[in-house]
Amino acid sequence: MPTFVYASLCKGCGKCVDICPADNMQYNPKNRKGYNADPISCAECMNCVKYCPEHAVDVRPYSDFAPLGARVGVIRDTKKNIIYWRIVFRDGTVYDFASPIRTTPWGSAKGALDIPERSDLDSELLALEDKPEYLGFPELPRPKQTVRIVGSILKAKQKTGGG
Amino acid sequence: MSLHFPTKIVDTDILVVGGGMAGCGAVFEAKYWCRSKCKVTLVEKANTEKSGAVGMGLSACNLGVFTTDPDDPKPEDFVQYVRNDLLGMVREDLVYDIARHMTSTIKLFDEWGLPIWRDPKTGKYLRTGRWQHPIHGESYKAIIAEPCRKSADEVYERVYVTHPLLDESRPNRIAGVVGFNVRDGTFYVFRAKAVIVAAGGTSLLYRPRSVGEGLGRAWYPTWASGSAYAIPLLAGAETVTMEFRLVVVRFKDAYGPVGFPYLLLKMRSTDVKGKQWEPLPDEAKAELSKIFYDFAWAKPTPTPIRTWVTIQNLKEGRGPDLMQTQERLPDEESLKVLFEDYLDMTPTQAFYWASQNIHPQKTPSELMPTEPYVQASHASPGGMWASGPSDIAPKEYIWGPNRMLTVEGLFGAGDVVGASGHKFSSGSFTEGRIAGKSAARYVLTQAKDYKPTISNDTIERYKEIVYRPLEWYHKNKPLTTTPEMPPQYTNWFEIHPNYLNWYQLLVRLQKTMDEYAAGWGMFYTTNMYLLNRGWELLKMLEEDFRFAAAASLHELLRVWEVYHRLLVGQAVVFSMMNRKESRGYYLNADYPYIDEENWHVFTHVRRDPKTGQWSFRTSPVIHIIPP
Repeated sequence: MPTFVYASLCKGCGKCVDICPADNMQYNPKNRKGYNADPISCAECMNCVKYCPEHAVDVRPYSDFAPLGARVGVIRDTKKNIIYWRIVFRDGTVYDFASPIRTTPWGSAKGALDIPERSDLDSELLALEDKPEYLGFPELPRPKQTVRIVGSILKAKQKTGGG
Repeated sequence: MSLHFPTKIVDTDILVVGGGMAGCGAVFEAKYWCRSKCKVTLVEKANTEKSGAVGMGLSACNLGVFTTDPDDPKPEDFVQYVRNDLLGMVREDLVYDIARHMTSTIKLFDEWGLPIWRDPKTGKYLRTGRWQHPIHGESYKAIIAEPCRKSADEVYERVYVTHPLLDESRPNRIAGVVGFNVRDGTFYVFRAKAVIVAAGGTSLLYRPRSVGEGLGRAWYPTWASGSAYAIPLLAGAETVTMEFRLVVVRFKDAYGPVGFPYLLLKMRSTDVKGKQWEPLPDEAKAELSKIFYDFAWAKPTPTPIRTWVTIQNLKEGRGPDLMQTQERLPDEESLKVLFEDYLDMTPTQAFYWASQNIHPQKTPSELMPTEPYVQASHASPGGMWASGPSDIAPKEYIWGPNRMLTVEGLFGAGDVVGASGHKFSSGSFTEGRIAGKSAARYVLTQAKDYKPTISNDTIERYKEIVYRPLEWYHKNKPLTTTPEMPPQYTNWFEIHPNYLNWYQLLVRLQKTMDEYAAGWGMFYTTNMYLLNRGWELLKMLEEDFRFAAAASLHELLRVWEVYHRLLVGQAVVFSMMNRKESRGYYLNADYPYIDEENWHVFTHVRRDPKTGQWSFRTSPVIHIIPP
């Protein structure tokens, strides 16, 4: 059972239910806690583990290939924008890792309407591509040289001797 | 259980189905051009912040910047690479079109806050291989979802789109879609002038290699249910080259990708006897060129050939191939890079090593070809047939606005659009942007005065169809003594004379596809007998959807996901039955070789939305970039 919820830690906030991409995490109205209702559809993406504010969701890797004993801990810190991992091997070896997850504050990304309007609806240029630093070229590239080869490219190559 | 769910009708101009990378790109770009003149609505089956294939995280933008800088690749180079990798089956106009817009996409990602690795000396984005930029991508999707949500006029989450709606006064014209909310059961009818399908490709169509507890585990996320093809197919749109499928070589059981070890850490893999297979030695290329012609000499070696080598090694008792990780992990730093790569995108790979005490700096790791997937954004040319960009596409490839499928007003992006593989996450976002602008232009000009015609009868009929599995379950449940499961749980092994639950339908689909349509259980081999028989079995499975039962809204979601997968399976088998050669990640034993003379063509299948009849045609592949 890839992820599961510790009964003593879950406060029933529903973050895991909200974030699960596979709709596996469900809310039990009787005990007001989350649970993994569909473990065979779980991809072990660990979003429920990462998003749980109480660290009540944990993962036990798939029993079909993973012997027991290994542990994986994760803290996704969206204030410092760092994700911390601890990997404990079955033989007790411990590794700690930390990676950045974002370089800008959450909520700061510009939406489409925050970018000045343009009128070239008929052109092939996309948003901001009127600026060369966005496009990467002085103008929108089109193939310098085109051919019209219908069918086998290998045969055409043999004829031209190109490669 | 009350089945009287409310109906909600949503009117919009542009509807984007699926909020993954392609959908987010489509929303952002469509809104940029629409401004206040048209309304852009997003419908997504999960939470956009962590939905789609990138919801797990990712460790690279596998398609990076193309600029005038001599160090950077040019769109032409990319077309040649993709053309070789897909054994010639490529729409060069579509591939070129994505490459020429990549720089602005990567720059937007950078501005939004995606941590892209940079060369400390030059300040330029680092590359692994020719095309990829490594990233710290745990929050990749969450970062992309933010501007998408800000751009959309409306976002509907946890709504699963089941069927397209065709216009009742105009033939072959999309008018909207229907779906349901998996939390409260509300029936949704979206009416739109243009629909951009940006849903996901197909995992779990074939029997996965995992068993028991890990049963559903696959390399491509379990939630990718093939809606990318099912929704357009139900609308009568044409597919392209669906038989090619995708089989990738991954770390055994954990399905961890191998690109990073090969490209960044320069690892090699061997068979168990120690013979090197990756990078592929010249003598092996010479041998393989008897089967794959010049494609065997292409640099890098095409993915289908690399996969073929691993399959062959397994078949002939030299497998599994082993990634010789210990040769390229000289210090703590390199080990850290390797682990962090997987923790960002496939945490299971780290579990796998930890649980079996495999220390990559000491021990090699086994590699294994996966079960087949159907998706258009990775190394395969399957997908839907889409119109090309008017300034570079051959005239045969232009019948409507850029990225419009063969149904008027229905657009595609990402895993939807076929014959243009290797877009991955960043390329899918870019294709979403292309489709977004194209749809905005279409809505503001050509389709300005269009009003969808959908009758109330149709809406009621679809509502009945969508909720039937739920009704069927509750009607038939009391017939046997098997107790009801707690809410949401599936009773996987409930034996009932009148119904099949989603799990039973899924397993039957997977068994049929595996054994008849070249799954791993048959070493990716099939023949005409198997395909014809498989086709019959899929027909019967489709008929049995009359007996589909769902105990909860969650199970109702699963039933419709399996139905979408079934449609994809039918398109794959029908394409395979008609292509009389072997090209792709499978062997048709009746036609075991590439036939450049007769079969350097695209295959197209279409399902008639009125009759449900399938039809097939081929079209020539037209190359526009010199060889």
